[in-house]
Order: sequence, then structure tokens, then C-alpha cells
Amino acid sequence: MAKIRPRVKAPKKAAMGEIIEIKTLINHAMESGQRKDSSGNPIPRRIINRFDVALNGRQVFSVDLFPSISANPYVAFFLKAEESGDLTFTWHDDDGSVYEETKSIEVA
Amino acid sequence: MNTTRKALGLLAASAGLTAGVAMASDDGTRIHWGPYMVDDKRSGYTYAGAQTRAMQDDDFQNPAFLWLERGADIWETAAGETGQACVDCHGDADEGMAGVGARYPVYFEDWGKMMNVEQRINWCRETQMQAEPFAWESEDLLGITAFVKNQSKGMPVNVSIDGPAQPFWEQGKAFYEQRRGQLDLACTHCHVDHEGTLIRAETLSQGQSNGFPTYRLKWQTLGSLHRRFRGCNRNIRAEPYPYGADEYVNLELYVAWRGNGLPVESPSVRK
Amino acid sequence: MHDALETGGVSRRTLMISFGGGATVAAAMTLSPGLSLAGEAEVQAIIDQMAEAAPAEGGVDLDLPEIAENGNTVPVTFTVDAPMTADSYVKTVMVMADGNPQPEVARFHFTPESGTASASTRMRLAGTQGIIAVAQMNDGSTMMGRKLVKVTIGGCGG
Repeated sequence: MAKIRPRVKAPKKAAMGEIIEIKTLINHAMESGQRKDSSGNPIPRRIINRFDVALNGRQVFSVDLFPSISANPYVAFFLKAEESGDLTFTWHDDDGSVYEETKSIEVA
Repeated sequence: MNTTRKALGLLAASAGLTAGVAMASDDGTRIHWGPYMVDDKRSGYTYAGAQTRAMQDDDFQNPAFLWLERGADIWETAAGETGQACVDCHGDADEGMAGVGARYPVYFEDWGKMMNVEQRINWCRETQMQAEPFAWESEDLLGITAFVKNQSKGMPVNVSIDGPAQPFWEQGKAFYEQRRGQLDLACTHCHVDHEGTLIRAETLSQGQSNGFPTYRLKWQTLGSLHRRFRGCNRNIRAEPYPYGADEYVNLELYVAWRGNGLPVESPSVRK
Repeated sequence: MHDALETGGVSRRTLMISFGGGATVAAAMTLSPGLSLAGEAEVQAIIDQMAEAAPAEGGVDLDLPEIAENGNTVPVTFTVDAPMTADSYVKTVMVMADGNPQPEVARFHFTPESGTASASTRMRLAGTQGIIAVAQMNDGSTMMGRKLVKVTIGGCGG
């Protein structure tokens, strides 16, 4: 897909101490490097290799992804709501591209 | 595991088919398919495994929604000589497009033949917007098609086969029943005669089209009904028709008619 | 085949022959959960790198389909039974597939702010194989869960 567009589903509000689930999805072929094209030449690897999540600039969760992750990678995880602010989601592509999405959360 | 072992055992022993296990949930009990089953018509949803169904049930887990968002952008993006977007003529999609995905393909007078949603979109682009048509199976055409059809989600499929559509329905029916390819099989052999039975480790479905475009786990992308037709044709070692061929649009009408009453699920998730 | 032609139906045999027989599937499906696959040594090497002692079995729950419908997209969820406090928390969970060309699937990094050491993703599996998740606590101790996933061979539809 020409344009990479991340999707993030996170609650806008949470109670103090509540454990919230966050779901993320990004469109990416996750070319494994194991495949060959129609003329038999290997197709070079190009995957999202890293996914970072920060709350107010402080890293709270991250994943190293390998070629075994399916196309259009989906990652769901949890956070304990203890602080309002901005959640920043960052996907790192093998080609150096970085895709980012931000969601605000209000903890009361 | 036991069910599969048993099924495979039977399959290996008789090189044949055995009663499908799709009506059973993971713990072996019968489950109700709710809107996904209407009389004896069963959506492909009812043949999918629990994980695949869960992926469709949650719009967020459903990867097809990545394409849908692209479709939503296209709806509002001006293109072509006229500088117009879909929204300029059709308004908000949730109003203007509700029901469209349920009643297509329709007879199109200017063409004197049937037209499906993809063709309608490209007709609009070329004729009304004076823009380049989208290529078949492009991300753009899949995205906007899924977006348009999604406006009918949950509405019953309701294609008309009366009047001018009737001869095309006849042609679609003839295609469906015609043996073809080196394996000499017709659609009916798998999807009517042996529906619900196993072929290797897979349950043959009724081949309903109410979920297309669909995100297939196998494809790892969204794909059109015509892509599925082409895959089926290749499976029986028949020459596939080109995307948008009259044969496939007529077949699309016939297949949609078979599923009249099933809910539009676009974009669905299938294995 | 000729019978089928005459009766206008398709015999079971025709359908089976058409799609290439069931022998391969049957063979693949009868693998015992003994996990004696080629990638096991590589998996062990990764575990050895993570932990000095062998990880304790258990404590890592893997939620996986018993039979995956398609090897391209297999959902996996793991949950580590451990506290997530500033003093004691799960730091890393490595998910591996011992039958893939490269066993690593994903390495998850948690913090006490995670609240619970659980996550979901979707992976590719080259065939029936074992999935191993090794969790490492902040004090270096490890525990492990494993489960066999059978991958059916895609039948229909190009």
C-alpha cells in the first residue's frame, strides 16, 4: 500500500489504576526476505522491526518484530492508567521510515 | 484435534468427504449463527474458525479497515477534470450509499448489461469526474469498494433478477452450472452438492459473496470477489477470466442472488 | 471420474484427486507434540542467551488456536503470571516458533507501568510447529510456556 496509515484504539479516559487495553494496527507488507519473485530472485526483506510506545515521552512498552510477524502487523497490549497525557506510538521500518501516531488519555 | 483427526482419518481412508464440523463450536457444541444464517443460506462466516470470526467481529482487529479508511479519504478527495469528489454528488456516504452494496450488481441501461460496484465507481470517475479509473485490485479500488459496501453492512443482500437483469442472471446460472477446466468441475459440485463437507482439511462453503471485498488470511490483503472467482477457476485448472469480464459480473449477480437475505458483511475476514 | 460425468455429480474420489490427495496433510497432522523439529536447537540457543539456568516451565500462558486456519495469520496472545510492580516485574517476553526459517517472532519489552505482562499479535507459521514464549523478570529469572499449533495446508482458492 502506497500510504502507511497506523490505527490505534485506546480509551480517551480511564480511572486511576485501571488496566487499559490498547490495540494497534499498521498497513505494511512485512516482506520477510524469504520470498522470491517470479524470476527467482530473492525479494529483499522490508519489515517494521520496532514498535515503541511512550507516555509523556517516557518509554512504557516496546516490541522488536521479526519477519515471522504477519503482514499488517497487529499488536495489542496493556497499560496501567496512572497519569494523564500523550501516548506516542512509533513504528520503525527497515528502510529507515518512521510512522507515528499520538493519542491523549485522561486519567481521573 | 479429535474432530480433525477423525475427519482426516476418514478422508485418508476413503479419499472422500465427511460431514463438516463447521456447525460445532470449539467445545463441540452446536452454536447459533444468528444473522449469518438465513433459512438454508449460510454466510462464509459460519464456516470460519473462531479466531477468524473474532478478527471480523472486532472492527479494530479486522485489517480490512486499513483499506476502508483509505476509501473514506477517496470519497472526499476531488479528482479529475471536474475537480469533484464522490461526496459532491452523493453526499455523506452513510446516507447516500446505504443499500447500494446490497443491491449491486444492477442492470445499467447505457451499457445494456450488468454493472457491479467496482465498475460503477470507475464509471463515475471516468464519465462524471473525468478522472482516471482505478485499476482492478488496486488499493484504491479495493478501499473505495469496501467503503461503499460497508455502508450497507448488516442490510440483507437484495439483488434484483427481474426485467432486464433476467437474461444476465440466466447466463450467470449457466456459468455456475457449467463444467470447466481440466478437472471438469462446475461451481455447483463444490458449493452446492458438497457444501459443508471437507475437502482436505477445509470445509467447503456455499461460496456466498456477502462479505466481499474480503481480507483473506491466505492473501494477507483485501481482495475482490473477482479475484476469488479467478482463484476458484485456477483451482479447477480452468483459464480465469479477466477482472470485470461480463462472465464474472453475470456470475456475481447469480451468486449474490443465491445469497439474497444474508447480511452484507463487507469487509469480512476469511481464511 | 466417468461415473461422475454420467451422473452429473462429482464423486468423492474426483474431488480428492482434484486437490491433490490428503496424504501430506495426514502426515503433517500426526506429528506428536514432542517438538523435535529442526529449529529446536536454535530456539535453545536463544533461551541460553537469555538465561543462565533453564527457564522454569509454566507461568507463561499461551492462547493459540489448536489448529490454525491459515499459516499466514495466526493470532497469539500470551499472559505471564507475575506481579508488575516497581520491585518485581516482567521485563521481556520472547516469542519463538521452532519450525520457521528464523525462530524469533517478536520480543516484547514491558515496564511496571504495563500493569500486566500480556500482549497479542499475529504471526506467520511455516507449518505445524511449537510456539515457545520465554519471560524474563527484572531479576533475571526466567519462565517458559510452549504449545503446539497445527497448521492446515491451504486448500482452496488462489
